[in-house]
Amino acid sequence: MADSGRDQPVPDPAPTSPAGHRAPVDGDTCLRELPWCGKINLRGDPGDSRFVSAAADALGAALPLEVNTAAPGGRATVFHLGPDEWLAHCELDGAAALLQQLRRRLAPLHHAATEVTDYYTVLELHGTDAAAALARGCPLDLHERVFKAGQCAQSRFGNAGILLYKPGPSPLFQVQVRWSFAEYLWDYLAGVLDSL
Amino acid sequence: MLLITCPWCGARDQSEFSYHGEAHIARPERPAQVSDAQWGAYLFMRKNPKGLHRERWVHSHGCRRWFYALRDTRDDRIHATYRPGDPPPDSAADPGAANPGSAT
Repeated sequence: MADSGRDQPVPDPAPTSPAGHRAPVDGDTCLRELPWCGKINLRGDPGDSRFVSAAADALGAALPLEVNTAAPGGRATVFHLGPDEWLAHCELDGAAALLQQLRRRLAPLHHAATEVTDYYTVLELHGTDAAAALARGCPLDLHERVFKAGQCAQSRFGNAGILLYKPGPSPLFQVQVRWSFAEYLWDYLAGVLDSL
Repeated sequence: MLLITCPWCGARDQSEFSYHGEAHIARPERPAQVSDAQWGAYLFMRKNPKGLHRERWVHSHGCRRWFYALRDTRDDRIHATYRPGDPPPDSAADPGAANPGSAT
């Protein structure tokens, strides 16, 4: 019965998003899609110190407990999504191992760890007009006095739900969006950059 | 545009939220034992007040959590938002309730 062809390991195709065929936008403000990274959604009780420390051990980064903040770490960057929900970005190759480690460490505790690598893609907007471009479709106050380095927030851009992250003081934003909205967001942002 | 204070995320734009009607409506414990009229009242009848209204919202584009808001339907002012399980703020102690600005 076995089809011998099936026994051959088929290498995973390189993941791409619907925005993948768009050429990066260059200029004062650049738009590009970041290389695919691993993504793990984690839920659990932040009031349980065992959960917090076990998750931090597995992720190699402190679990950010303050709303709208992110914690960059060696193995993963962890974003606070909600009162009991986090998202970790890690190396694409390391996602499976990280997920396994999380599940092993958290096994005795109430939790949920789900790999969502293929569900999202991340665009990067970098340059002087980055905040102005985002403000065209996103209701957040992105002034550097309000949206500071290290902050993240879930919001929307146009009709797309996004996770916005500002890694440092420079005008650089990472915009995580659902895979199926990638082309919409890209075209919207590219159009805004064109008109600024 | 309304700024709505999500009990978890803080003040956010109205467009990140969805409204889901009157809050604190208890489902009958034994649906099979209530009359059609009672079941109909549970399903369809709402207070629809002109004044303070307790209602359900969800922060759809943010943390995706449900919460309650105490909103004045006359001027859309949101006097309080609170988490499920938290005691509802006392509307009598609320400055909006004492506002004699318009008739209820």
